[in-house]
Amino acid sequence: MNGDPAVTSMPIDLAFTIFVLAIMCGVAVISKVPATLHTPLMSGANSIHGIVLVGAMIIAVAADNPVSYVLSFLAVAFASLNVVGGYVVTDRMLQMFRRKPAAPKTDKAEG
Amino acid sequence: MVNLTPLDAFVRLAWLLGAVAFVIGLSRMNSPATARNGNLVSAGGMVLAIGATAVYLLFRPSTGSFNVVGWLIILAGIAVGGGYGLYSARTVKMTAMPQLVSLFNAVGGGAAALIAIDEYLRHAGTVPGLQENVATVLDIAIGAVTFTGSLIASGKLMGLRITPSRAVKIPGGQLVTLVLAAVVIAGSAFLFLGNYNAAVMAGILIAALIFGITLALPIGGADMPVVISLLNSFTGTAVAMAGFVLNNPVLIIAGALVGASGAILTKLMADAMNRSILNIMLGGFGGGDSATAAVAGVGGSVREVSLDDAAIQLAYASSVIVVPGYGLAVAQAQHGVRELAEVLEAKGVDVKYAIHPVAGRMPGHMNVLLAEANVPYPQLREMDDINPEFDRCDVALVIGANDVTNPAARKPGSPVSGMPILDVDHAKNIIVMKRSMGRGYAGIDNELYTNPKTGMLFKDAKAGLAELVAAVKAL
Repeated sequence: MNGDPAVTSMPIDLAFTIFVLAIMCGVAVISKVPATLHTPLMSGANSIHGIVLVGAMIIAVAADNPVSYVLSFLAVAFASLNVVGGYVVTDRMLQMFRRKPAAPKTDKAEG
Repeated sequence: MVNLTPLDAFVRLAWLLGAVAFVIGLSRMNSPATARNGNLVSAGGMVLAIGATAVYLLFRPSTGSFNVVGWLIILAGIAVGGGYGLYSARTVKMTAMPQLVSLFNAVGGGAAALIAIDEYLRHAGTVPGLQENVATVLDIAIGAVTFTGSLIASGKLMGLRITPSRAVKIPGGQLVTLVLAAVVIAGSAFLFLGNYNAAVMAGILIAALIFGITLALPIGGADMPVVISLLNSFTGTAVAMAGFVLNNPVLIIAGALVGASGAILTKLMADAMNRSILNIMLGGFGGGDSATAAVAGVGGSVREVSLDDAAIQLAYASSVIVVPGYGLAVAQAQHGVRELAEVLEAKGVDVKYAIHPVAGRMPGHMNVLLAEANVPYPQLREMDDINPEFDRCDVALVIGANDVTNPAARKPGSPVSGMPILDVDHAKNIIVMKRSMGRGYAGIDNELYTNPKTGMLFKDAKAGLAELVAAVKAL
């Protein structure tokens, strides 16, 4: 099986257009994120580049020799670690951001 | 127009929806109230994009026999990588967050590089077109730099012995960098001229791997937020390049989004330290010219404050601003500071936290640590937002922060000159909780400590806060 792993084809100018517009979109969106959330933002952005798993799967199904097997296994495992770990840890962080403490002890003011 | 089969249309639409979900997810990060939901939207888009890819690869026509080994590899890889990811993400301590994020960043970059390597070897002998050649070289080089660089950064944050957290000077470091850059540039030029050569590509790969190490190793602890952000940006770029190699739009979009995010954070962090990115990359503080000139002129005596006096000042204040630094996290005193705040609030004191952008080991790290200790996020205030409030504040309580409070930053001639600082010295009273008179990362004296308004409370953060809580309660 020697299928071309490039699932889609597109002209380079189109690909480059998408790239540049996506960068601008990223800048616009991310500039609005407050400093409080910069760690979850980075961790969440980190999970997004786990999309590289799509690429890893594409090369894995085209693999037909031991070198490719090893390379694509590592790529899939790395990318999965990136995706799963990234989203779970981001969620764990974000659930801690509360307006009020979970178990408010006393709210009465004396002074 | 190219005619799409229904299956083609399905996978492309799913990728588009995935990309849209990433953008929505990131834009919902603009408020703590919607951020968690945003992350779930983004995760949903990811599952959709990956699931659709699997469906597509299973059912697409004309690729001959079903690749059993390939699918086993996918399942095994997802089980191993996903399993470890789930385990580490669930068990990591919040103080250890930067090294874990760094590790995830490393493997993301590594995966992107591996894809390009595999693609390059698959087409052995055929010279790729210039565009594909450029994308492949960039993907391999950037991915490899990120892989080793992030691993080293992660190791430094963990404090491993082979990767000490202090700045490590590499002998002949700049020469090594030049040689590595020369290898990459010469190799790329050779390949771009229309040659296929796996050995040259391997040379570029190895040079990039070494460059990642020499990039991260000389970075000292407090500069870590900049480097982690930069490496994050690199991974995004590498993934986008993998998208160019595979002609895959969702990889290009996702990679570009992350690249932009990392670049913005890098800039913010470098600005918060008033240092250029290049300056940080070239080595820690003290390497500069004017580093030693400034220390003169700082003298004067330091006033100590007793625990009970500090407790009285805090309890009878109407507003207190807590300035936490990384020392607080090192001492695991986040819960102690929240307890103190609660005791003070019960006495009617208004408590806020002033967070410097580089208070932790990655952007926003201190906010996460305090959120974990149940500090409500509206109390966590950014530097520009809180600085005017120091003028009206009765007591500023500095715990484990040093350089970011040093008024010397407002004057020229000091290593911290020009660095934006928290205006702690504008408060009516200042209490600095600190173990000793030790210096901060910049290695200079802090003029704040000799300010007549400042009382020094020489205590370990965790024990000292517990004693303060008890003392305030006893009033």
